[in-house]
Amino acid sequence: MNLTVKFFARYREALGVDSVKVEGDFATVDDVRALLAKRDGADVLSEQNLMCARNEDLCQLDEPVSDGDEVAFFPTVTGG
Amino acid sequence: MAIRVQSTAFDPGAEVNAMHAANVGVGAVVSFVGYVRDFNDGLDVAGMFLEHYPGMTEKALGKIAIEAEERWPLLKLEVLHRIGALEPGEPIVFVGAASAHRQAAFDACAFVMDYLKTRAPFWKKENTREGARWVEGRDSDHAAADRWKQ
Repeated sequence: MNLTVKFFARYREALGVDSVKVEGDFATVDDVRALLAKRDGADVLSEQNLMCARNEDLCQLDEPVSDGDEVAFFPTVTGG
Repeated sequence: MAIRVQSTAFDPGAEVNAMHAANVGVGAVVSFVGYVRDFNDGLDVAGMFLEHYPGMTEKALGKIAIEAEERWPLLKLEVLHRIGALEPGEPIVFVGAASAHRQAAFDACAFVMDYLKTRAPFWKKENTREGARWVEGRDSDHAAADRWKQ
């Protein structure tokens, strides 16, 4: 399974990239998060108030993923 | 319904006027304008940068607007949000809700702002004398959004 993972704002800065491709057997968004959380600077992905999206819709960490999905991780949103 | 995410400035007064210009059935327009402040959490703010998630931001705002239109009898709903570099005093966000009567317009405008604050992917980074810093989300924003749960 191949996925694109995007990071935004403080998470993007902590990881030093705005997007990565990942390959592996993932059942849920949380499986993707757990793999990436092992990277340098990726402690932010273990934050309690982390938000995530799958294919540009907000989701929970237990959201199932499919091949080709775009997953995103970001801190609490602060628009408005 | 109109959703606009733009890096250019806008005139809130002109936006309000446009809410009823094309429809004389509009009896009420409620609008909210959010501005960049020059002070936040104890530090002077010289400006800010608004990051967004191209594609998802527009989609998220559209979903919020559709939900508002399903809940209230609106004649027009507009959501406009700035991205990129902004200076103190500049408008960041405009939400306008038009309806035949005031209550639907008041409620829809508040609902859209409460959901935008907690569900639309925008992030503010402030420039202060002590350097740039990301603005953190507030629990009170989530409490405000929760009041609309049915």
